[in-house]
Amino acid sequence: MAEKTEKSVVCKGINIHKTYWRGKIEVHALQGVDIEIRRNEYISIMGASGSGKSTLIHILGCLDTPTRGEYYLEEKRVSEFSDDELARIRNQSIGFVFQEFNLLPRLSALENVALPLVYAGKKRIERIKKSRAILEKLGLGERIHHRPNELSGGECQRVAIARALINEPKIIFADEPTGNLDSKTGQEIMAIFDKLVEEGNTLVMVTHDPDIARSARRIIKLKDGRIGDA
Amino acid sequence: MHNILESIALALQTFKTHKLRSFLTILGVIIGVSTVIAILSLIEGLNQAVTGQIRSLGSDVIYLTKYSMVRRGPAEIEKIARRRDFTPDDAIAISRLPSVAATAPVIERQWNKLKYHNKESGQISIIGSNQYFSKVSNRTVQSGRDLTESDVAHRRNVGVIGSKVAADLFEEESPIGKELTIRGKRIRIVGVFEEKGAFLGQSMDNFILVPYSFFEKLFPGKTLSIFDRAFSTYSIHIMPRPKKLDSAIDEVRELMRRRRGLTFDKPDDFELNTQEMLLDIYHSITQVGFVAIVAIAAISLIVGGIGIMNIMLVSVAERTREIGIRKAVGASNRNILLQFLFESVVLALIGGIIGIVFGILLAKLISAVSPLKAAVALWMVLLGFGFSAAVGIFFGIYPAHRAAGLNPIEALRYE
Repeated sequence: MAEKTEKSVVCKGINIHKTYWRGKIEVHALQGVDIEIRRNEYISIMGASGSGKSTLIHILGCLDTPTRGEYYLEEKRVSEFSDDELARIRNQSIGFVFQEFNLLPRLSALENVALPLVYAGKKRIERIKKSRAILEKLGLGERIHHRPNELSGGECQRVAIARALINEPKIIFADEPTGNLDSKTGQEIMAIFDKLVEEGNTLVMVTHDPDIARSARRIIKLKDGRIGDA
Repeated sequence: MHNILESIALALQTFKTHKLRSFLTILGVIIGVSTVIAILSLIEGLNQAVTGQIRSLGSDVIYLTKYSMVRRGPAEIEKIARRRDFTPDDAIAISRLPSVAATAPVIERQWNKLKYHNKESGQISIIGSNQYFSKVSNRTVQSGRDLTESDVAHRRNVGVIGSKVAADLFEEESPIGKELTIRGKRIRIVGVFEEKGAFLGQSMDNFILVPYSFFEKLFPGKTLSIFDRAFSTYSIHIMPRPKKLDSAIDEVRELMRRRRGLTFDKPDDFELNTQEMLLDIYHSITQVGFVAIVAIAAISLIVGGIGIMNIMLVSVAERTREIGIRKAVGASNRNILLQFLFESVVLALIGGIIGIVFGILLAKLISAVSPLKAAVALWMVLLGFGFSAAVGIFFGIYPAHRAAGLNPIEALRYE
């Protein structure tokens, strides 16, 4: 633990609130969350459905902005960033893995992985080279020209992980990454995550499955939009 | 955005995915652009034909007439008919002016048919003039000889015929020395003019030229028709010396006012027409047609544009999730905006290209089956491109803006 405190802070949220409207009902998804994530941490965020864990990871992943409170990513005050600045942060500093994979169905595995490089303005040759390398590393070297509907769920999620890693992000977020997979495939994905953390990556994962959550080194429990006891 | 070529490739891919839908969408643009190209090229063809025709009348010739070739109100016919006729003496006086090179008095009558043995011509023109007619009307004698001063002076019954009359009446035979009969008077053919071709389906070579002195023997006395008195009397065709058009006009005007006894407070009772004036009036007429075309084009392109906007809105809704994914991995609002804008522009441009090709084919088809000749110019193709690109941008910007403004989380949740 002593070693961990020496590491620099990757992101920090102070008193984060998020309120949104679902039809005519006002939903207070987050009600004052304080969170600090350091480099090379491996964190699980747990909570029942409606506890605000998805909202939190969306805000941490810069897909959404807090209604109130401050959020810093690498000492930059992201909570006040414009849409375009957020897009650049999502592209350069963050990797996001979704429960539903969220691959583009008309693109091949390679093209899906290369997509963030397109928006990073990288040349085609470089995009292909880099994407191929990372897919090979994740054991998908033989399937790079397959489309998502020609791949199994586990393969799709590995493509999605490759896409999250392609720009060498500062932090990786995973929202229920095993939610759509059987337990064996889920274990394979968790093994990949373990390896990524071993390699020095920072990883934050949302899950409601205690077995999965246990892989992480720190567990944050969320209840009614607030952080509860660990 | 990243790369224009890749954006186009991306847009084309969408087009390929929905072939029929895309085609139906751009049908409006295809119809709009092809109509505009076809009509514009026909107008341009007409322009070239008319301009060429007016130029071929003889460069810089002044036409002295009782009526204006440019303004022609039916209410004025009576006034025009009352004006004093010109005479060959007027032509002789004009020919002595310093800025004038050649002068021909010209009088013309339509004649129903000419016969030679068992062959006959259709309706032809009988023209009375002098030895300068060929010069002021830019014609050359192909075989035989032209009229001479002595033909005019001796009222000789000789004629020079247009090439169509020669072909109709004599076919392979040489017409030189043959005789034709009009109103019981014999005319000996001494020459044939070179062919000038047809203008809007009307042959320019269907006439016979005789000395005006003989013409007066052929058609003695005045006609009573008010129309003939206004339009079928002598006109005088004047060719100025090189670069002397303006001074020739001034000299002729001054001379004619003097000869017609007009005091300084009276307006001219004659008209001096030039080719520039004829071209001007022609262009002002086609300008109206041009404005009408632009209006039609605008309407059809608006209809086409609305079709594109409609399908782009559908496309944005269908691909909400794709937009969410792209934004999640770092696409900016601008990236998304340009992606959809590119799609609508590519869609409209494909319509434009098909429309241009179709329009050109249509124009060629009309040229093939009618006397109108189409002339496709580069500027029309560029106009077609420009119009369709503008439609793509204008009607694509709203759907693209809507796509760009989507919230990534809401877009990702969209089913």
